[in-house]
Amino acid sequence: MQFFGGSEISPSPTVPTATGNNVNMMYIFNRNGVCLFYREWNRPLRTLNPQQDHKLMFGLLFSLKSFTAKMDPTSADKGNLGVPQLPGQGCSFHSFRTNTYKLSFTETPSGIKIILVTHPRTGDLRDSLKYIYNLYVEYVVKNPLYSPGTPIRCELFSTSLDQYVRTIL
Amino acid sequence: MAAIYSLYIINKSGGLIFYKDYGSAGRMDTNDSLRVASLWHSMHAISQQLSPISGCSGTELLEADTFDLHCFQSLTGTKFFVVCEPGTLHMEGLLKYIYELYTDYVLKNPFYEMEMPIRCELFDINLVQAVQKDRVALLGR
Repeated sequence: MQFFGGSEISPSPTVPTATGNNVNMMYIFNRNGVCLFYREWNRPLRTLNPQQDHKLMFGLLFSLKSFTAKMDPTSADKGNLGVPQLPGQGCSFHSFRTNTYKLSFTETPSGIKIILVTHPRTGDLRDSLKYIYNLYVEYVVKNPLYSPGTPIRCELFSTSLDQYVRTIL
Repeated sequence: MAAIYSLYIINKSGGLIFYKDYGSAGRMDTNDSLRVASLWHSMHAISQQLSPISGCSGTELLEADTFDLHCFQSLTGTKFFVVCEPGTLHMEGLLKYIYELYTDYVLKNPFYEMEMPIRCELFDINLVQAVQKDRVALLGR
């Protein structure tokens, strides 16, 4: 698990040459599974209501993490399937891909999970997720009016996120 | 160091019907491999539900910190997945080839009962060749 560097926002890692919007939606969960933030840019299909959708997403990530921790072929001692693990412990995952979308995932040491759903042919988005985490630190955590664990309603965060997401290829 | 760590075949209801390990550290026991297989079956189904666009057919590639998992689902719902080193190429081709072997040596075996664990000698022999001996030739297919 890497710890994210200084508090200054580094220049955006992707070059803004995108034509269309490749990002479908984004979720931020805290370590208790509360959806702090959800935003969609391009989502033609909705099968569930928002609460159920967030629960299902968190459940999927939670189970996938215990799956990868158990599956890890490089370590011999992995414990039992589903044993609770702290963020950064055990083998995690950073993305999965289906024929219609790609989901990129990152978890910070404090248990904040950032999920980005994009076009299936987008490249590695680990740096982008790190950048979004920096935005979160700058505009949400440092906002004196924000109380931790509540849904994020920071205009500055949303606008800079919208702006940044347009540059993701 | 093996490029491919293990191979799993799951039937359409999530039961593990074939598992082979090619040298991962700490081989999984039977109970764990069954659990992991059915867990993957449900993860695959949930990933279809969460798709933002219609027509999703489930996870094809999972990129974890220490491995990649490539999954192929046949039209009848049988899932094949390999766990390999991160960045291993041509796994789709290998999975399709394993599917070919499955249709030839398992489905056409008159003693094989559908959805039951695979115990077919010819399949085992050909699989070993596909995964280990002929790996280089296979990549050119």
